[in-house]
Amino acid sequence: MTVTAAAPPRSPRPAVADRDLRSLLLIRHFERALLRLFERGVLSGTTHTCLGQEYVPVALSALLRDDDFVFSNHRGHGHFLARHPDPHGLLAEIMGREGALCGGVGGSQHIYHQRFLSTGVQGESLPVATGVALKLAGTGALACAYIGDGTWGEGAVYEALNMASLWRVPLLVVVEHNGIAQSTPTSVQMAGTIAARAAAFGVRHHHVASADVEEIRAGLAPLLDAVRTEPSPLVVEFATHRLGPHSKGDDTRSPEEIRRVRESDWYDRYAEADPERFARIDAEQRDLVERVVAEVSARPAAQAASAPSAPSPEARP
Amino acid sequence: MTRVSEHINQALHDLMESDPSVHLLGEDVCDPYGGAFKVTRGLSSRFGSRVRSTPLSEGAIAGVGAGLALAGDKAIVEIMFADFVALAFDQITNFAAKSTAMYGRPVPVPLVVRCPTGGNRGYGPTHSQNPQKHFIGVPGLSLFEMTPFHDAGDLLTRMFDLGRPCLFFEDKVLYTRQMHDTGDLFRFEVAGDVARVYVDGAGPPDCTLVTHGGLVHRTLDAMRALLLEDELVCELLVPAQLYPVPHLPRLEDAPHVCVVDDGTEGGTWAAEVATALYPRLWGRLRRPITLVNSADSVIPAAPHLEREVLVQAVRIRAAVREALS
Repeated sequence: MTVTAAAPPRSPRPAVADRDLRSLLLIRHFERALLRLFERGVLSGTTHTCLGQEYVPVALSALLRDDDFVFSNHRGHGHFLARHPDPHGLLAEIMGREGALCGGVGGSQHIYHQRFLSTGVQGESLPVATGVALKLAGTGALACAYIGDGTWGEGAVYEALNMASLWRVPLLVVVEHNGIAQSTPTSVQMAGTIAARAAAFGVRHHHVASADVEEIRAGLAPLLDAVRTEPSPLVVEFATHRLGPHSKGDDTRSPEEIRRVRESDWYDRYAEADPERFARIDAEQRDLVERVVAEVSARPAAQAASAPSAPSPEARP
Repeated sequence: MTRVSEHINQALHDLMESDPSVHLLGEDVCDPYGGAFKVTRGLSSRFGSRVRSTPLSEGAIAGVGAGLALAGDKAIVEIMFADFVALAFDQITNFAAKSTAMYGRPVPVPLVVRCPTGGNRGYGPTHSQNPQKHFIGVPGLSLFEMTPFHDAGDLLTRMFDLGRPCLFFEDKVLYTRQMHDTGDLFRFEVAGDVARVYVDGAGPPDCTLVTHGGLVHRTLDAMRALLLEDELVCELLVPAQLYPVPHLPRLEDAPHVCVVDDGTEGGTWAAEVATALYPRLWGRLRRPITLVNSADSVIPAAPHLEREVLVQAVRIRAAVREALS
């Protein structure tokens, strides 16, 4: 059941299209900007950046269709921006400013835009995605749900995988296995493996060690076709690394471990591979995010939208 | 005469026939079993893959229903025993109900979660509860309950039209009773959401009782004894919508109000009804609203012990007599 990408994990000079590089760097600079805004006390609540993991949704975005439904989680800014390059709307949502995607009600973790939906409870989206996939089965569209390695602690994951496999629905489960659940290393929170768990449900599993978007796509394209046409569920497990803290300043990893994680970052490798082009697009996206931050910061606060109509309750004074 | 379970079954048949976007999921709902209480009998034979027997996974059953609703269809899911809806609490409260409002605009989630409730059948502590109270006050969530007086098809249509998830409670003993049966003494009428059961020609009541569908027959037994043995005239209001508490008519002139609720004491539906009524009736009430609930106890399996815990007609009668004495 497990299919492992045959290519070596790192291509020495990864080829990446301008479009993908733009998307990668938009997400990178957006997340960095959020951490800066937090340091300045401008943002409220919390945020979970996907620094280091940006290539996962960027690789997938080219394989997803407009009629696919994407479910995201607490670490979802990259998932959103790779599908909908609307940093203004997302930042306005996070900052509670005019033009917010969800009126400032949802914030960082609760976005619903076209066929993209994120929610903040681990594992909760998988049964819902299974229901959506049940509806999409036979249309060629699929439901894609991003989860983490920590999410596999939730029973909802297994209830959903069981149904998705029994009912042969087009459900793509993308696992961003970054080796750490908030502060808890995978080694002390997961027995066995994700591959074996998928196999237990008769669900195909594909392991991705590469961070090269083209290489990832080449491996995934035929598998996603099968999800759509058979239809059938698929678990794709990315071995990835989270560069930043879980949320803001809560990284308990040792400096050495963080250094090792940084060495695996795509950013420097893409920069070395094509310095001139990388520098140009990097500057372009950094400037874009700076303009977005300035523009959205100057907007007035989002006004509460009218609540959905509720049945009229017993009148109270 | 139609048994309540057959009436609901017919309503499900009619709804699935008239609306091809309706799906039904739950444990053992397919034929030939047709659900633990036979309420879904015949549906899978008639409507094929729109009716699915599921694994034992209440959380995912509710979640899949919400997913179908999110994708533009409608879903009815059956929780075999209402006690097990605790396993779907996250999907119902944190996903289905919140999704109607947490994305900054109304998102319709036409999902009905059917929950067979109640005791007096000797099923014991985890198969006999009335869990309505645990779902009161969840933003985006409405609670309804089947009664012998309300048309189940109208209620299902109404719940879907709300565009927000609804829990639909159905008392397991009520399943075995006949629709519209009030016995010889009483008449009923349904005005708006609320059924009113009254003694024809008896004049203004001494006490107005309010209860939910599952307690109707026990309350009517109490009202009969109060009338024949205590010469106290009672009227009964039965809303199909439990929460938000709907407008309960004709209470302005009631000498006394008593709310009867099969849920165990503490944080109850009865208290929620009283909270809604006090501001409206303050200044007219002659005494505090009487609340009758099941005891603060697990529900025993042995019938003689179970009877002591759950609300019975004798307790309702005693409570009304005491209040009016």
